[in-house]
Amino acid sequence: MVIDSQKMKSLAEATSREDVAGRSLWADARRRFFRNKAAMFGLVLLVFVSLFALLGNSIAQWSNEEIDFSVMGMVAEQGGPSLSNGHYFGTDDLGRDLFARTVQGTQISLAVGIIGSAIAVVVGTIYGATAGYFGGRLDNFMMRAVDILLAIPYMFVLILLLVMYGRSITMLFVGVGLISWLEMSRIVRGQTLTLKGREYIEAARAIGVPAPVIIRRHILPNLIGVVTVFATLLVPNMILTESFISFLGLGVQEPMTSLGALISEGAGTIAYGTLWQLAFPLLFFVLTLFGFFFVGDGLRDALDPKDR
Amino acid sequence: MSRPLIEARDVRVTFDIHRPSDLPWTPPAQLHAVNGVSFTLEPGQTLGIVGESGCGKSTLARALIRMLPASGQVIWQDGTDLLTLSPRQMLKYRSEIQMIFQDPLASLNPRMTVGDIIAEPLRTHRPGMSAKERKDKVRAVMERVGLLPNQINRYPHEFSGGQCQRIGIARALVVEPKLLICDEPVSALDVSIQAQVIGLLEELRRDLGLTIIFIAHDLSVVKHLSDEVMVLYLGRMMEKASSDELFAEPRHPYTQALLSAVPIPDPKIEKTKQVIPLDGDLPSPMAPPKGCVFRTRCPKAQAICETVPADHLTGSHHTACHFAGETVSA
Ligand SMILES: Nc1ncnc2c1ncn2[C@@H]1O[C@H](COP(=O)(O)OP(=O)(O)O)[C@@H](O)[C@H]1O
Ligand code: SF4
Ligand SMILES: [Mg+2]
Repeated sequence: MVIDSQKMKSLAEATSREDVAGRSLWADARRRFFRNKAAMFGLVLLVFVSLFALLGNSIAQWSNEEIDFSVMGMVAEQGGPSLSNGHYFGTDDLGRDLFARTVQGTQISLAVGIIGSAIAVVVGTIYGATAGYFGGRLDNFMMRAVDILLAIPYMFVLILLLVMYGRSITMLFVGVGLISWLEMSRIVRGQTLTLKGREYIEAARAIGVPAPVIIRRHILPNLIGVVTVFATLLVPNMILTESFISFLGLGVQEPMTSLGALISEGAGTIAYGTLWQLAFPLLFFVLTLFGFFFVGDGLRDALDPKDR
Repeated sequence: MSRPLIEARDVRVTFDIHRPSDLPWTPPAQLHAVNGVSFTLEPGQTLGIVGESGCGKSTLARALIRMLPASGQVIWQDGTDLLTLSPRQMLKYRSEIQMIFQDPLASLNPRMTVGDIIAEPLRTHRPGMSAKERKDKVRAVMERVGLLPNQINRYPHEFSGGQCQRIGIARALVVEPKLLICDEPVSALDVSIQAQVIGLLEELRRDLGLTIIFIAHDLSVVKHLSDEVMVLYLGRMMEKASSDELFAEPRHPYTQALLSAVPIPDPKIEKTKQVIPLDGDLPSPMAPPKGCVFRTRCPKAQAICETVPADHLTGSHHTACHFAGETVSA
């Protein structure tokens, strides 16, 4: 008995000396995410598409602007996908290597999506959290401004901008960035309002923690879940927006291209029997969109349970 | 004689209520959530505040620490009226007054470790403190409230309700406040855990010489802890007296009814005692009854109660009733 109790005591002391590691909500979410099959499938798709965009050029036998004169004029007969002449995805109507062009188009589409979404995260979060936290007249003013901006048919404005200032990637980024944060700021503001009513925010206010610190320490970390999910789902939206503009012929300028522009060209020539010109860009387009949607959904499932 | 630590004089909180059906120019309805509350609290004493849910207890607590705009005066020991201070001036007093909340888990940020949560008042009020000192202090206070200091890196959801409330208490005590406001600190806990937490608060009060404002919706909870007890109804004080006096000889019909509902441990007395029923619903605080606010549910209400407000509180045993002191005839 005596030995036993001594053993117990020393054991208790030993366990109380070592700091126990905590299991954060992030760790929980990560575990849930990696267990989600659809999300993992989406992640695999995204990894594949990203590797394709990043490393595709080192496999490509041609650049995206070189014209292969041996197939020019006979694209329908000779320009199909082939390993022997190095046009893995065939060529486009002018005889340019479609593989290289798809790599380059995927790069542009991903960049537009990710940058648009990143702008939304930064601007929308700060804007929405400020409006939501301070509330009152400031909130009213800030959110009415967003309403007004949202009421403007942005596609029209974007097209106008592209026509006026010429088609350029910068212009595209600016245009996409200008609109992407609006919806985000609304979502963040709504979530901030909910968080503001939570007791731990009240506790922090009672302690006397200054407002900017409350926003940084208590509001933002609890917004990350919503923001991440929305940002992930925003990427495919931005890609779709860009594609639409490219489809109209107002996107990036030749010889640069984007998935939307490639799809547009491929669709235009489908009558000549060059199905591959549509199929390959479309495949990567769809893979990218599915990847982001699956991952976004998985993130939502993984991050949500706490807020239930 | 020492000055009281805190003295409230005629504190009032009024909310403007905009109903969705209102037109923009309709003046908002007024909800008097706290209506003329006064008390004096000597250092080391405990004031219990009791009343049904919605009677303005939390609102009063939040008014005292300037979380809500309020009228009246709240005089601190040094003679300052807290209600007149700018937010910056108020900061100094925020470390002297700390609060414990009703929902233990909800009052802790789920994304922060226990160590960071408890350290927050230190970071705010002792900015010169080194990280090492802060950590030592947090460990010490964790030990003091009955938490294992090695749990410092854990997150709130890994603790039980009672432990979460201990974390809340540790956070409140880490800056060594003079006044601790406990807003229904045990209402969300199991009965067995309630006793532990109250025991802990009692012990801390004794050892640290804390002054406490203890809010509960149940008289039995404040009985052992309080020196003074105030009973609120629809934002108004119904009765205020020393704990011994109020429990021995309740004067206000509302207090008598509340007290009759408290179970008595002795089964013999429990069987024979009379429960005074509280008929009817709590009136809407937007439209409190005229005259005595309690009259719609008062077993002793007379004609005079319908017209004349009963807010005359006199002497050390304050009672807002025209017929104070008469025992209830069944
Ligand atoms: N921010 C607020 N705006 C409007 N009414 C409020 C607000 N806070 C509380 N009230 C009202 O004030 C009254 C008192 O509430 P509260 O102090 O929370 O009661 P208790 O803590 O005693 O349960 C209630 O009728 C409640 O609806
Ligand atoms: S004043 Fe009249 S109604 Fe009010 S508590 Fe006393 S007896 Fe009851
Ligand atoms: Mg309350």
